[in-house]
Amino acid sequence: MNSRNKERNSEREAMARSRRAFLTMSAAAVTGYGCWAWLRSRSQEGGVEWPLRAILRGNERVSEAYFSNGHLSPTFGQSQVNADPRRNGDVGLGEGFEPEQWVLSVRGYDNAFTHQVTMAQIRELPRIEQITQLNCIEGWTVIVQWVGARFADFTASYAPQFRNAKYVSMKTPDRAYFVGLDSASVFHTQTLLCYEMNGADLTGARGAPLRLVIPVKYGIKNIKRIGEIAYTNERPQDYWANEGYDWYAGL
Amino acid sequence: MTRLEEKHPLAIRWFHWISFPLLFLMVWSGLLVYWANDMYRVGLGETTLFHFFPDWFYRGLNIAQRLAEGMALHFFFMWLFVLNGVTYVLYLAFSGEWRKVLPDRHSLRDAVLVALYDLHLRKEAPRQGLYNGAQRIAYTSVIAMAMGSVVTGLAIYKPAQLSWLARLLGGYPMARWDHFWLMIGFVSFFVVHVAQVIRAGWDNFRSMVAGYSLVEDAEARHEFPK
Repeated sequence: MNSRNKERNSEREAMARSRRAFLTMSAAAVTGYGCWAWLRSRSQEGGVEWPLRAILRGNERVSEAYFSNGHLSPTFGQSQVNADPRRNGDVGLGEGFEPEQWVLSVRGYDNAFTHQVTMAQIRELPRIEQITQLNCIEGWTVIVQWVGARFADFTASYAPQFRNAKYVSMKTPDRAYFVGLDSASVFHTQTLLCYEMNGADLTGARGAPLRLVIPVKYGIKNIKRIGEIAYTNERPQDYWANEGYDWYAGL
Repeated sequence: MTRLEEKHPLAIRWFHWISFPLLFLMVWSGLLVYWANDMYRVGLGETTLFHFFPDWFYRGLNIAQRLAEGMALHFFFMWLFVLNGVTYVLYLAFSGEWRKVLPDRHSLRDAVLVALYDLHLRKEAPRQGLYNGAQRIAYTSVIAMAMGSVVTGLAIYKPAQLSWLARLLGGYPMARWDHFWLMIGFVSFFVVHVAQVIRAGWDNFRSMVAGYSLVEDAEARHEFPK
């Protein structure tokens, strides 16, 4: 075989390989785009395509497996506290609320009302002070000094029959804002029913008279002006999870 | 005469073309998230030279008001991104391909020569091999940046459960800042990479699809002078 034939052969081989490779790549690109189109056209579950929701749930399981009461959100010194931390979210904080008449309603598994707890009873619980970060899901963060009672202590004292509940639901008195919480996070040592912030009683806009401080979750779970706490074994509704956000929202 | 020379193994080509859409999706969904708190800028003191990002950017790319969607996409594609990246690194390690990608002791000097040559400040082309010094440094940096993105991403994703990691990176805001600038790094790499691929020409581009390069055989040319 002379050189010219060899050259022609290598050119033919090049053409064949090139054609094959570009066809394969086009097919892969079309397949990839098809997967994307399929993904984005799925029916929505809580404001997001169901496969995305399924992966959020999967991520939640991974997070839960790693979660530990010993994994603490970082704490800070008094000098690092933001004196007037950024505020966000006023759903459920409407007019016509009388803090003096406020009592906390506690509900059990079947959502049946069990009893009421007063602010005085909550203040009787061991007083915990902590300086932690509040991480907004938007991406900003503030360092705040909080004072309150551990939710675990609250449950042990005022709702011990529900200490094995899988979930806890909290709602504002008008039920406009509501959060769903997994038991591991809500019974975490740093989770507080909080009544003081940066050395003063909570103001209305900050969630008076009682709000949740749960540093192992994004700010959206730190519900202000709690009116009702329900212990349940079914995954409770969550305001922002209905709007496309992760239900777990754990940090 | 010309002959075929094998240039990129099949696996490398797959990794390359899978990385491209995955990286694009991670950057784009990341921007949907970043929009909700777009605090970074280039500036000095009170003077802002460039704000990331101006309104025309968000409008043009339809980025505003899509935080929830961005997070869901980011935490979906992160798995594919990591899976592809880890497999790629393992492949490099076990196939020996890393020898062609990691910089060696000549790479830094070669990279300077490449830059001078590309800027038309130097006439002689620097030595090439499969990758020249600048390419070795750039491609290795991209791998390192991807690892950095995963690590800083984890610190932002779970700053309480992985508080040790966030602390190691200088805290949550710092980790978020690093994560952002790594993204800018990827986009800058992409721009330069595409420009260089266009400059290098068709044979080079085809080699990342079909695997081979057509090379002039010097000896054969000698045998049959024109």
